[in-house]
Amino acid sequence: MSLDKIQMLRDKKAALEKGGGDAALAKQRAAGKMTARERIEELLDKGSFQEYDLFVKHEIHDFGMAGKELAGDGVVTGTGTVGGSPVCVYAQDFSVQGGSLGLMHARKITKIMDHAIKMKVPCIGINDSGGARIQEGVGALAGYGEIFYRNTMASGVIPQISVILGPCAGGAVYSPALTDFVFVVDNVSKMFITGPNVIETVLGEKISQEDLGGARVHAEITGNAHFFASDEKECFDMIKRLLALIPKNNMERAAAEKPAEPRSVKKIEEIIPSDPKQPYDVRDIIRAISDNSDFFEVHELFAKNIVVGFGRMNGETVGFVANQPLFLAGVLDCDSSDKAARFIRYCDAFNIPIITLEDMPGYLPGVDQEHAGVIRHGAKMLYAYSEATVPKITVILRKAYGGGYIAMNSRHLGADFVFALPSAEIAVMGPEGAANIIFKKDIAEAENQDEMRKLKVQEYIDKFANPYVAAGKGFIDAVIEPSETRKALIHALSLSKGKDEFRPVKKHGVPPF
Amino acid sequence: MNDLSEIKIDSEVYYTCLTRKYLQRKVYEPANPKLLSSVIPGTVTKLCVKGGDVVKRGDLLLILEAMKMENRIVAPFDGMVKSVCVAEGDKIAKNATMIEFE
Repeated sequence: MSLDKIQMLRDKKAALEKGGGDAALAKQRAAGKMTARERIEELLDKGSFQEYDLFVKHEIHDFGMAGKELAGDGVVTGTGTVGGSPVCVYAQDFSVQGGSLGLMHARKITKIMDHAIKMKVPCIGINDSGGARIQEGVGALAGYGEIFYRNTMASGVIPQISVILGPCAGGAVYSPALTDFVFVVDNVSKMFITGPNVIETVLGEKISQEDLGGARVHAEITGNAHFFASDEKECFDMIKRLLALIPKNNMERAAAEKPAEPRSVKKIEEIIPSDPKQPYDVRDIIRAISDNSDFFEVHELFAKNIVVGFGRMNGETVGFVANQPLFLAGVLDCDSSDKAARFIRYCDAFNIPIITLEDMPGYLPGVDQEHAGVIRHGAKMLYAYSEATVPKITVILRKAYGGGYIAMNSRHLGADFVFALPSAEIAVMGPEGAANIIFKKDIAEAENQDEMRKLKVQEYIDKFANPYVAAGKGFIDAVIEPSETRKALIHALSLSKGKDEFRPVKKHGVPPF
Repeated sequence: MNDLSEIKIDSEVYYTCLTRKYLQRKVYEPANPKLLSSVIPGTVTKLCVKGGDVVKRGDLLLILEAMKMENRIVAPFDGMVKSVCVAEGDKIAKNATMIEFE
């Protein structure tokens, strides 16, 4: 082969790899952002990137686009490995026409997504785009639609991860929204359907991009983002940590690691206050039982009244769902139900056993909750637990009152194992409320009503604020000592390795979305 | 531990932290039938009534242009307009009071 031809390829590649050119790349870096290629390099194992479609060109002639060279059509796509495990990846290149999405740009993305679905490997999309390339008109819209379709086809088959490292506005937001995990970076990520400019034009309301759809807003208020990082480097480290915990596809289990005892020295019986009205951080309980005391929290800032995330037990990945008494007393509400339901369905789709830690007083009262649809949101959680066929284990730590008792992976929703600590209170409602209803007459007729109420509340506590009534009905399998928790969970997990559970044949259910 | 607040659930008082979203929640106020509010943000392009006008249910009060549509805002019942709270050309938000009835 003539060496000229090899040199020509090198020259062509070098030119295209500069994206929008040195000036545009410098501008990107000056804004504190990595370039598309730097991001891929940061994410993948060194030297593992195989690029596809570098030479793809757009086919638009209108509006001065004829003859306009857009390197790689504004997106870098390819395959590589993370921690030695293969992945498909794409990164929009903001230096090329603002990373705008045209039909060929989208086709590069859908090609790599098809590849990921066929090869059953995770797909990671790095979003940094001004939006649809307006010059391409409906072609750009077609592009988005074709991506959304594949996001849906891939859902529950391969892990899909979206990384928002720049603007992601208008229709573009729906691809991340359809994926499993969305990562955002402080001051870098911006997501909204309608941007501040339009809002100002239409409404005269001024709001900054950050306040409207910045990283913190999506991590804390909307729940659109699952992971919040303070910079891009931290973000990529978090993605690697996540990928190590989840399986490559829905036919496999997550790779096991060497079992390790918890490092935390805090004892469960010392973490949980004996007064059920006093809070504690339920993550301390997770760290007291998980391998190495590791816990990788999902949705850390959103709906803090429930905690979800991954850890390992005896080397194998598990999903934890835990009420968090530290925030809003650990109540269930619209957001916490959504958060838990989504996580449960993820675990179920990807063969990850679910451990539920329960300590919750009930549902959050309020007109705002009722009108926001706490009925339909709460139902999602019942649905998710009931439908899941992965091993489902519950430990009742303290309060398990009313509807929440049922919702938190109770025996009645199909839990495989239900354990309770001696501090568990499994009852139809809190003692105060229950006594007020049951002993209404006694209290009303008493000479000293406060005294009588106290007496009756205590009577209720003595009788029902314990795990033994439920244990007496077989609703829980064993009352265990706090120090036995990890052992009981590992035993249950090892017993459920071959779990096989059947569901009626159906196309799909109709969950209360 | 963070600052603890009290929260009441089914007669029990618990000590816990509150979230930003919880603190920002909207406190419910019953709707006032005498006030006509916008259901969509937009621009008032035409005003057809003024304070003191007597209107019949279905009479055109104003045009609110929103999402490229000219929305006809009509009287919800027979009555008298007490005051008009918007002017032609005003850009208004969702839930903005447009007309007050007697």
